[in-house]
Amino acid sequence: MTDNIVEIDNLSFGYKGRLLHKGINMSFPRGKVIAIMGGSGSGKTTLLRLIGGQLKPNHGQVRVDGEVVHNLDRSGLYRMRRKMGMLFQFGALFTDLSVFDNVAFPMREHTDLPESMIRDLVMMKLNAVGLRGAHSLMPTELSGGMSRRVALARAVALDPALIMYDEPFGGLDPISMGVIVNLIRSLNDALGATSIVVTHDVHETFSFVDYVYFVSEGVVVAEGTPEQLSKSDMPFVHQFVHGEADGPVPFHYPAPDYKREMLRGHDA
Amino acid sequence: MLKRLTKLLQGIGSRMLERIWRLGAAARFFFYTMVYSGESLRRPQLVVREVYFTGVMSLIIILVSAFFVGMVLALQGYNTLQKYGSSDAIGVLVALSLVRELGPVVTALLFAGRAGTAITAEIGLMKATEQLSAMEMMAVSPIARVVAPRFWAGVISMPILATLFSMTGILGGYMVAVPLIGVDDGAFWSQMQANVDFKEDIVNGFIKSCVFGVACTLIALFEGYDAPPTAEGVSRATTRTVVISSLAVLGLDFVLTSFMLSP
Repeated sequence: MTDNIVEIDNLSFGYKGRLLHKGINMSFPRGKVIAIMGGSGSGKTTLLRLIGGQLKPNHGQVRVDGEVVHNLDRSGLYRMRRKMGMLFQFGALFTDLSVFDNVAFPMREHTDLPESMIRDLVMMKLNAVGLRGAHSLMPTELSGGMSRRVALARAVALDPALIMYDEPFGGLDPISMGVIVNLIRSLNDALGATSIVVTHDVHETFSFVDYVYFVSEGVVVAEGTPEQLSKSDMPFVHQFVHGEADGPVPFHYPAPDYKREMLRGHDA
Repeated sequence: MLKRLTKLLQGIGSRMLERIWRLGAAARFFFYTMVYSGESLRRPQLVVREVYFTGVMSLIIILVSAFFVGMVLALQGYNTLQKYGSSDAIGVLVALSLVRELGPVVTALLFAGRAGTAITAEIGLMKATEQLSAMEMMAVSPIARVVAPRFWAGVISMPILATLFSMTGILGGYMVAVPLIGVDDGAFWSQMQANVDFKEDIVNGFIKSCVFGVACTLIALFEGYDAPPTAEGVSRATTRTVVISSLAVLGLDFVLTSFMLSP
């Protein structure tokens, strides 16, 4: 068993003629919480899909638990995914199932456990995220933060070795955000799992992760512990961490000269 | 001029290629649905649940429509038959029209509008809200868990709905022909009994409704599964479901009728 549960080697991926990742190298040690950060459209979510085997890289490799993901056949891929849990950006709860049935879904699909045991397990998972009392509600009756917590309970239903979080803080109020931060850390430590958090919320992320990768324009531009990155004087990291509007990531989308464009309008 | 012509031909060519590509994708989708059907049929409760949503929930519109169709058939039929002094044959006319043609065809058209659009919208929205991706990531095949049960539910529901349509239509025809117009009660039923053949009429109608069930459900499922994951994409897919299903039903009806009537 390797020390890293996920290893990404020289990964390149693109579609429709646009290269999203250009030779990315990353490793994710077991038991750690690692963040992948970067601006919108930098391919962070795509990285999660490549790790989960939903996309195939153009070049390079993604290895999960020592196995090259894109070389696996369907049954191999499904066997590997049973070791994974994923929290989608907006929860992706099944809208035709109650909170209880959503959390029970992976258990019913992959185990032969009796219904009484499934009930106990679901209640334990829901209790861990503080929503045991909401087990009979439908997803449409939940707030954004509650949906995310139910989705989290569902993601850890089968005690996965790897948990992936896609923008877990997007659109949450500060209280819900704090709750999710604590849950990610405590569930990871309690399960002895590894967590990969894709996000662009700097301050929340730096408060609880062990390691951070910064991705921009298809490459890893910086990496390190939150302490190291907070002190970094790299222009990109500085702009990102301090939320500056302009810098290596330009404020303006590429455009012709402003003055010339405005004057052309008058000439016409 | 040449440039415009080239552009026109390019446009036609790319549309044709897109149509062929979609046809191929639909065939592959059908193949996978068949492959994964065993998995979902081993859990019949999934199919039963979908039979409720596609079949039982369509019952009201099917029965009400059937009643009116039967009544109109009786009125129109009587109007023509009385000119030839054969108004007693009204029962046969209503029954044959319903069992052979209107039952399967109108049921399929209504099914496409009611259940087909619901299936497309549901699956399209499941895709747009990443529910299908979530299922994939949980090592559960959406084809086995979502598509196949709905497919078999549609295939099972359609013949049952068509049968109920024909029965209700005949009842509607009876209500107009006998109590309202005054056609003889005995003549209405006995002529029907004597002239409606089980194999030629009822079984052929049943076969049609099974074929329409496969076509309508498959089109609805494919359109939902293939829909771009946006509000506009889902709405376009829903419209396409109704248009393509309706044309497919009418086209298939002609083909099936030709085979059934050939000696």
